[in-house]
Amino acid sequence: MSKYTEDDLKKELETQEYEYGFYTDIESDTFPKGLNEDIVRAISKKKNEPEWMTEWRLDAFRIWESMEEPEWANVNYKKPNFQDIAYYSAPKAADPNKTLDDVDPELLETFKKLGISIDEQKRLSGVAVDIVVDSVSVATTFKETLAEKGILFMPISEAIQEHPELVKKYMGTVVPKTDNFYAALNSAVFTDGSFCYIPKGVKCPMELSTYFRINEGGTGQFERTLVIADESSYVSYLEGCTAPSRDENQLHAAVVELIALDDAEIKYSTVQNWFPGDKDGKGGVFNFVTKRGICHTNSKISWTQVETGSAVTWKYPSCVLKGNNSVGEFYSIAVTNNYQQADTGTKMIHLGKNTKSTIISKGISAGKSQNSYRGLVQIGSRAENARNFSQCDSLLMGNKCGAHTFPYIESKNKSAKIEHEATTSKIGEDQLFYCNQRGIDTEKAIALIVNGFSKEVLNKLPMEFAVEAQKLLEISLEGSVG
Amino acid sequence: MVFENQGKLDLDSNIHTIRTEAISAFEKQGFPTKKDEEWKYTSLKNVLNHDYSVFPKAESAIEFKDVKKYFLHEIESYKVVFIDGVYSSFLSSTTHDGYDICLLSAALKKPKYKIVLDNYFNTIADKNNSITNLNTAFSTEGAYINIPKNTVLPRPIQIVNFYTGNEKEILLQPRNLVVVGENSHVQIIERHQSLSDNVVLTNAVTEIFVNKKAIVDFYKIQNDNENASLIDNTFVQQKEHSIASVSTFSFGGKLTRNNLEFYHEGEHIESHLNGISILDKKQHVDNHTLVKHQYPNCESFELYKGIYDDASTGVFNGKVIVDQEAQKTNAFQQNNNILIGDKATINAKPQLEIFADDVKCSHGCTIGQLDDSALFYMQSRGIPAKEAKALLLYAFGNEVVEKIKIPELKSRITKLIANKLGVKLGFEM
Repeated sequence: MSKYTEDDLKKELETQEYEYGFYTDIESDTFPKGLNEDIVRAISKKKNEPEWMTEWRLDAFRIWESMEEPEWANVNYKKPNFQDIAYYSAPKAADPNKTLDDVDPELLETFKKLGISIDEQKRLSGVAVDIVVDSVSVATTFKETLAEKGILFMPISEAIQEHPELVKKYMGTVVPKTDNFYAALNSAVFTDGSFCYIPKGVKCPMELSTYFRINEGGTGQFERTLVIADESSYVSYLEGCTAPSRDENQLHAAVVELIALDDAEIKYSTVQNWFPGDKDGKGGVFNFVTKRGICHTNSKISWTQVETGSAVTWKYPSCVLKGNNSVGEFYSIAVTNNYQQADTGTKMIHLGKNTKSTIISKGISAGKSQNSYRGLVQIGSRAENARNFSQCDSLLMGNKCGAHTFPYIESKNKSAKIEHEATTSKIGEDQLFYCNQRGIDTEKAIALIVNGFSKEVLNKLPMEFAVEAQKLLEISLEGSVG
Repeated sequence: MVFENQGKLDLDSNIHTIRTEAISAFEKQGFPTKKDEEWKYTSLKNVLNHDYSVFPKAESAIEFKDVKKYFLHEIESYKVVFIDGVYSSFLSSTTHDGYDICLLSAALKKPKYKIVLDNYFNTIADKNNSITNLNTAFSTEGAYINIPKNTVLPRPIQIVNFYTGNEKEILLQPRNLVVVGENSHVQIIERHQSLSDNVVLTNAVTEIFVNKKAIVDFYKIQNDNENASLIDNTFVQQKEHSIASVSTFSFGGKLTRNNLEFYHEGEHIESHLNGISILDKKQHVDNHTLVKHQYPNCESFELYKGIYDDASTGVFNGKVIVDQEAQKTNAFQQNNNILIGDKATINAKPQLEIFADDVKCSHGCTIGQLDDSALFYMQSRGIPAKEAKALLLYAFGNEVVEKIKIPELKSRITKLIANKLGVKLGFEM
C-alpha cells in the first residue's frame, strides 16, 4: 500500500459526498411562502389549536417582527429571506392515529436508507421512536408501554390538545418568546416536535428518541421540544437528524426546553447530521437552535452532542442551575469539513448554592471550515461554592481551516472555583510515527487518534446512539475514523 | 488645528494630516460603550461625566523631595518627567549623546527627526480604536526615545507623569514613541501618579518599535488614588529575532484600562506579556491584550494574575490570533484570579483564533480562593491569619514578580504588594 498521508486524507475528505443525500417524493401539503399574521393563524388552525395557543403564537410573531437577526456569531452566510420560506409542510398521508402499516411505503424506504428501520428499532433496540418528517409525527411506537408508567411521550401538537395544563405551565418558561430572534420565530411558527413528561419518581425504562428530517425543498423546519422531568424522575432522550441533499439553503430553527424538577435527571443526546453542503460550500442547512434546560434543587441536566452536519451551526445548549446542588454537564464533538461553519458551545448559569458544571468540548476542523467554541460560565453572587470545569480542545487538519475559542467567564462570588483550559493542535507527527513504528498504517493511526480525541464525549452517549454517532463521524471524516 | 498654533507643535503637514484624520475618525466613532464587544465589561460612563480641562494653563512646579518616592531613585536612570502634561526640565534627565531620550514635542520641531517620525509615528496605533484616535488628535507631549543599533543602554529610562491637582478636573493625553534599533537593549519604567484628590483621566498612547534582535523590557506601574483613571494604549511591533516584554502592575486607580497589542513582523520573535492586578474598594482594572502572530516560528507567553478584594472588578480579555502563515507558532496564555471580597467580580474572556494547523496554542483560566488548609497550616505554626493570607497571596503573584529584570524594581514592587496587602513581609525577594 502506498503511503497514506494527511494530504490524501484531506483530499478524500473534500471529495467525500454526503451519503444520505436523497430525496423522497411524497405529496406535501405545503403553505404558500411568506410569513405574516395570517400564516401564523393558519398554522394554528391547521393544528386545530385552542385560542390561547393562537394568541401565544401571534404574540411571539409580533415580538419577532421587532427583533433583528443576530450578527455576533463567528459565521458568514447569506441571510435567509424569511418571506421566501414555506412555514408549513406535512406529508399528505400523515395521520397521527394510523398504525405503521398505513405509513407511506416510500417514507418507510427513506427510513430504511437512513438505517433506522422502525421494525428493527421496535424489536431489537427497545427505543421508542417518535418520528418527525417535515414537521408532523407520522409514527409513534412504544406509546403504550410508556403509558403504563404514566409517561407522556407524544407530538407537541397532540400535547397541546390533550394536556394543555402542562404545556401552558411550562412552555416558554425556559426559552421565553423574547429570548432571541430565532426563538421568537420558532415560537410563532413551530409546527411540531416532541413532548415528554415523566411523572414523579418514575425512571423511564427506555431511551426516548426522535428523528428529525427536512424533506420538502424550500421549507423551514421549526421543531419545538419540551421535556419535563417531575420530582425524582429520570429520562434519557435522544435526538438525531439527517437531511437530504438540497441546493437551496434550508433553515432549521428549533427550540428545546428541558425542565428538571427537584431531584430529577435529564440526559439529552443529539446527533446532528443535516446536509452540510457540497465540497464547494453550495447548499446545506442553516441550523440556528436554542436549547436550554433549567435545573431545580438536586437535579441534573446533561447535554451530549455530536455535530457533524449543517452548513452553518449556531447552537448553545445551556443549563440554568437555579436549584441548590444542581448539576449541569455539556459534552460536545463538533466536526466541520469543506466550507462548514460551526459556532457552538454552552452557557452554564450558576444561581444556586453548591452548583456544579462540567464542559468538555472537542472541535475537529478539516477542509476550509471554521469551528468556534463560544461558552459562558456565569456565577451569580449567591451561588456559594459553585464549581466549574471547562475544557475545549481543537484539532486542526490542513492549513485552510480555523479553530476559535471565545470563552466568557464571569464570577461574582468569592467562593466559586472555576477552571478553564483550551488547547489547539494538529495530529502530531510523533504520534503518527509511534503508531507506524508499531505496524499501524497512517490511515488507521489517524482514525485511532481522532477516536481517542473524541472518546471522552462518545463515551457519554447511550449505547444505542454511540453506534449511530460513530457512523456519522465516519461520513464526515471518512478514512480517518475506524 | 487651533492648538497647533499655540506654538507647541510644528505644523508639519504629515503630522497635521494624521491629526486631522484621527479627529474625524473619532467624531465618527465616539466613545466606546458597553455595547461594543471590546468594552463589554468596562463602562466609561462614570469617567466621562466630568468637565475636563484639556489644556493646562500654567506650568506647575514640584520639589523633588516631595515626589522622590515615586521614582526608582536607588539607581541611576534617565528620566522624562511631565507635570500636568507639561515637560519638567528640572526633574528630568534627558540625553542626545549617542541616542535620543527627549520630548516628542521637541522631536516634532526638529527636521533631523522627521524621517524617524514619518516612518514610525502613528503607524501601529489602532485606527479603529476611538480612544487612540482621540489621543492622536490632541496629544501634545510625551517621551521620544530613539536608540540606534548595537546600543545597550547603561541604565533604565523612567517616564513619569505627575498630576498636581491645580486644575479641578483634567484630561491628560501623553504620547510616547519608542524606537529601538537592531541589536539594542533598553529597559523602560513608566508611571502615572496623581498628587491630589482631584479628578484626572489619562489617555496614554505608546508606540514601541523593536527592530531585529533588539530586546525591550517595559514596566508599567499603576498605583494611583481613587480619583485617577487611566486608559493606557500600548502598541508593540517586533521584527525578527527580537524579544519584547511588557509587565503591567495595577495596584490602584478608579478605572484602569490597559490595551496592549503585539504585532509580529518577522520570524523567531518572542513576546512576553505579564501582569498583576491587586485591587480593593471599588477599583476596576481591565486588561485587554492582543497578540497577532503573522509569521512562522514565533512564540508568545502571557501570564496575568489578579487578586480582587472588597467590591473591586477585574476584567481579563486576552486575544491570540494566529494567521494562516504563522505555522510553528507557540502561544501560551494563563490567567489566574483570586476573589477575596464578597462583592468582587471577575470577568475573563481568553480568546484564541487560530487559522494555522501546525501550532501549539493553549490558554488556561482559573478563578478560585486561598487554600484553607494552607492557611490553617501557617496559623498552627504561629503566623497570624492576616500575615498568612498575605504570604499566600504574595506567593500567588510571585511568578510574575520574578520576571522583573531590574533588582531594585523587583524589591520596590514587592514593597508595593506588601503595602497593598496591608502587611510588612519582613523580607526582600
